[in-house]
Amino acid sequence: MPKDHGIGAATKRREDVRFLTGKGRYVDDINRFGQTYAVFLRSDVAHGRIKRLDTAAAAAMPGVLAILTGDDFKGMGGLITAWQVTDRHGKPQLEPRHPVLAEGMVRHVGEPIAAVIAETEAQARDAVEAIEIDIEALPAVVDMKAAVEAGSTQVHEGLGSNLCFDWGFIEANKAAVDAAFQTAHHVTTLELVNQRMIPNAMEPRAALAEYDSGTGQYTLTTTSQNPHVIRLVMGAFTLNIPEGKLHVISPDVGGGFGSKIMNYNEEACLTHAAKVVDRPVKWTATRSESFVTDAQGRDHVTKMQLALDKDGMFLAVRTETYANLGAYLRLFATVTPTYLHGPAAGGPYRTPLFYVNVKGVFTNTVPVDAYRGAGRPEGTYQLERLVDKAAREIGMDQAEIRRKNFVRPEEFPYQTPLAVVYDSGNYHATLDKVLEMSDYAGFEARRAASAKKGLLRGVGFSTWVEASGLAPSQLIGSLGARAGLYESATIRVNPTGGITVFTGTHSHGQGHETAFAQIVADQLGIDASLIEISHGDSDKTPFGMGTYGSRSAAVGGSAIFRATEKVIAKAKKFAAHLLEASEADIELADGQFTVAGTDKSIAWASVALAAYVPHNYPAGSMEPGLEETAFYDPSNFVYPAGAYVCEVEVDPATGKVEIAAFFAADDFGNVLNPMIVQGQQHGGIAQGIGQALMENGVYDDEGQLLSGSYMDYAMPRAEDLPMFAVDHSCITPCTHNPLGVKGCGEAGAIGSPPAVVNAVIDALHRGGHSHVTHIDMPVSPSRVWSAING
Amino acid sequence: MHNFDFAKPSTLAEAAKALQADGAQALSGGQTLIPTMKQRLAAPSVLVSLTGIAELRGVCLGDGGLHVGAATPHAVVAKEARAHYPALAALAGGIGDPAVRSRGTIGGSIANNDPAACYPSAVLASGATVVTDRRRISADDYFQGLFTTALKDGEFVTSVIFPIPQKAAYVKFNQPASRFALTGVFVAKFANGVRVGVTGAGNDGVFRWAEAERALSADFSASALSGLKVDPAGMNADLHGSAAYRANLVKVLTGRAVTAAG
Repeated sequence: MPKDHGIGAATKRREDVRFLTGKGRYVDDINRFGQTYAVFLRSDVAHGRIKRLDTAAAAAMPGVLAILTGDDFKGMGGLITAWQVTDRHGKPQLEPRHPVLAEGMVRHVGEPIAAVIAETEAQARDAVEAIEIDIEALPAVVDMKAAVEAGSTQVHEGLGSNLCFDWGFIEANKAAVDAAFQTAHHVTTLELVNQRMIPNAMEPRAALAEYDSGTGQYTLTTTSQNPHVIRLVMGAFTLNIPEGKLHVISPDVGGGFGSKIMNYNEEACLTHAAKVVDRPVKWTATRSESFVTDAQGRDHVTKMQLALDKDGMFLAVRTETYANLGAYLRLFATVTPTYLHGPAAGGPYRTPLFYVNVKGVFTNTVPVDAYRGAGRPEGTYQLERLVDKAAREIGMDQAEIRRKNFVRPEEFPYQTPLAVVYDSGNYHATLDKVLEMSDYAGFEARRAASAKKGLLRGVGFSTWVEASGLAPSQLIGSLGARAGLYESATIRVNPTGGITVFTGTHSHGQGHETAFAQIVADQLGIDASLIEISHGDSDKTPFGMGTYGSRSAAVGGSAIFRATEKVIAKAKKFAAHLLEASEADIELADGQFTVAGTDKSIAWASVALAAYVPHNYPAGSMEPGLEETAFYDPSNFVYPAGAYVCEVEVDPATGKVEIAAFFAADDFGNVLNPMIVQGQQHGGIAQGIGQALMENGVYDDEGQLLSGSYMDYAMPRAEDLPMFAVDHSCITPCTHNPLGVKGCGEAGAIGSPPAVVNAVIDALHRGGHSHVTHIDMPVSPSRVWSAING
Repeated sequence: MHNFDFAKPSTLAEAAKALQADGAQALSGGQTLIPTMKQRLAAPSVLVSLTGIAELRGVCLGDGGLHVGAATPHAVVAKEARAHYPALAALAGGIGDPAVRSRGTIGGSIANNDPAACYPSAVLASGATVVTDRRRISADDYFQGLFTTALKDGEFVTSVIFPIPQKAAYVKFNQPASRFALTGVFVAKFANGVRVGVTGAGNDGVFRWAEAERALSADFSASALSGLKVDPAGMNADLHGSAAYRANLVKVLTGRAVTAAG
């Protein structure tokens, strides 16, 4: 087998040829004959009652074909959410109707009210401006704690409360946890904010909807991480279109980060509009629209406590979090701050007792949902800031307090007190590795050198573990999931031996077309160039759940592995027949089927051809063709883990933080393609540093998004980042999937923010500003300066 | 963007005439105006491009110092002013990104007078003269607050004449999102005294820091500023920094500019 194409090879990404030469084909690149354009009228107030909506004048404008409003969708379903969280009192979450277009009320800035369909985009935009609308502005509720007070403005009248759920995890532990705090030697308390993030995928969301009035067939081409999920939820729950009549395609997609998981209002509206005007309808979000319509991330306000004994061992953790849901529930809105967040309170530590309380709150802001890491970054940030503060308070080294409390290598599989079982890991190994990479022992000399330049140098740690590879269906079903999270693959061997792999996952930056081919090439011993990966089309690929939650390799890759095993098993029957040997004696190596212990062999391509040319099979004994499908449902999550060290230099005169160095030692289990994995580490860390230092979604008291453009929303750029030193050589393979892989997509965004903030606090402490115990993200220059001088 | 008519005159006289039209708007590099029009926040009926007028382009030494044509892009100033006025060239080379520097012009910048733009600090600190199609205006009279200048309707900048100081430097602290100046300070030392122009910080746009000018005129060193305080009352405040923070930056960056000027 060509070693440079199999599992573990740093094969260059085949998809980059088209991406880097301008040949990528994104939704907005696709145009249809007779195409029309949609532009949306959106609310400019955060909360209001629509007193008048008159589209007559706009409908008479040049080129206008139709104007849709909430009335056009009243008889249809709303946008659904995929998880039923039951709260600590046994009550189901509150689920307000989420209309496709506003029905009499608007509840966040940017909420779509009407859609104009016109011959040109400019005509549609002109007509939107001509719609006569009178919105009576109502008081907006933006602050979460105010939202749950009695007498607060209600985001949804008739729902009875802005509190969607009050979740306890695990409720039965609460008394024991509280008791542990009563008797603890030391208690560390920290209150912090995990700020609102705006995803900012490079490609804005877009959709192109078509309807064939001859067949009743709809086709939606959309920027989705999971076309089958869109087909299912939009078809079955919103528009009442059976799967067979709805074809959903996600072509090249320029980044998702979670924000392209959800079924969106615009997709449903366009699909319906295509039937109304009986022509293709296209919409591409402006960047301004993206800021107020893409599902946003994070936005937690948390109080957290850690109880320690006299030796610095962790006894118990308890947290109380207000999690902002925004105005409506999107697809993963309620699972993100609960089951994806709560277990992260455990981290890589042996802490025996936990209690996590999360209050999900409706506000008049853009809906919040999964954003790279989805719940786990929030939990990890809290915990690692808390551990950092505890170490300072009891005077213990930051590496030591972590090492001491880690789950020990010999304890795996480790049953955590938080319902999950860590199947494998070695947290001591990654910590040792990062200490070596970062020359922790030499820090003092670097600090002194920085001090000579007038800069305060600090070092920060983050040791973390995440539950990813979503998800074992039985377990999540018992926790309220309304779907399974298995994955599918079909391996279609073509008659001349080439292979097309159909995967239910979707690649929007992850390099699946390269890495997945490596799996099959490795199993068959053939060249990866013979293998094509097909994804993103509900008519081609078997039903699959898509790409998010670092699941594509662990779950989707395992489905590909299993389907390839089935192909090999069938191919061996053909080979046995052709070689006149017993099937049990057939071995496959380097693309050749051989009769064990003989020199009789036949090449892969000859077997493939024989499968499709059944001229001399024994009568009735064999089914022609070579194509197999597997559905893989994982038996557990996977648990990637890592140890990160960040060194910063702080300019005390301006408060400016420079990342001097960043080191990541990760355990992703087995690695399919180390170059792609390193790219994911780099991207994740950059995104985490963006959150730690720069990005901030800020609403004013009226619910207006103040950081609604790149003039005020600070994205990290190359000049803001150092060269990262990343490593994934500490490998403990996953024990329950056939590839032994864990998942790397979210790791950097989960592990890096606390390392950065801890480093800033460390720099200030070492620089004589020990009164600063915490600075909320983003740790901007003005916040650091204010903390020093406050 | 709404539809508009487009005029590209090749002489000053044609430009002046074109700008008399109803709803006419001068266009230079378009780095602010075009995005504003794309968002439909501005809808001029006629755009009058000034970049086709040869005499508005270029950098040369002349009476009173360095003459910079109003339609000269930042990237050209960064290159061609370097030998004559390195601090000005460095400022131009630090505006925006390469695309902005290739299109954006000094005339467009100071006509717009964004309170966080870089150029106004250099024009003010240099005691430059703003030349228009009809008169000469001293820098001290030209800048009149946020997005407000001495320009009358239809009047447009043709060049800026910079007296060349003995020493000068510009130090900018970026607003993290826009990379405009959260605060930027231009310090210029002339034979008859020091001028300090501050952009980004003031709540009424670019301003001179008079106390610092006095202290630095007596002693051109960062330590001369040690006893001074900037009053936060005159400072801008937003997501990216309080008034007190900006007041601090004014002082810190002035000191750093003096040190950089040498």
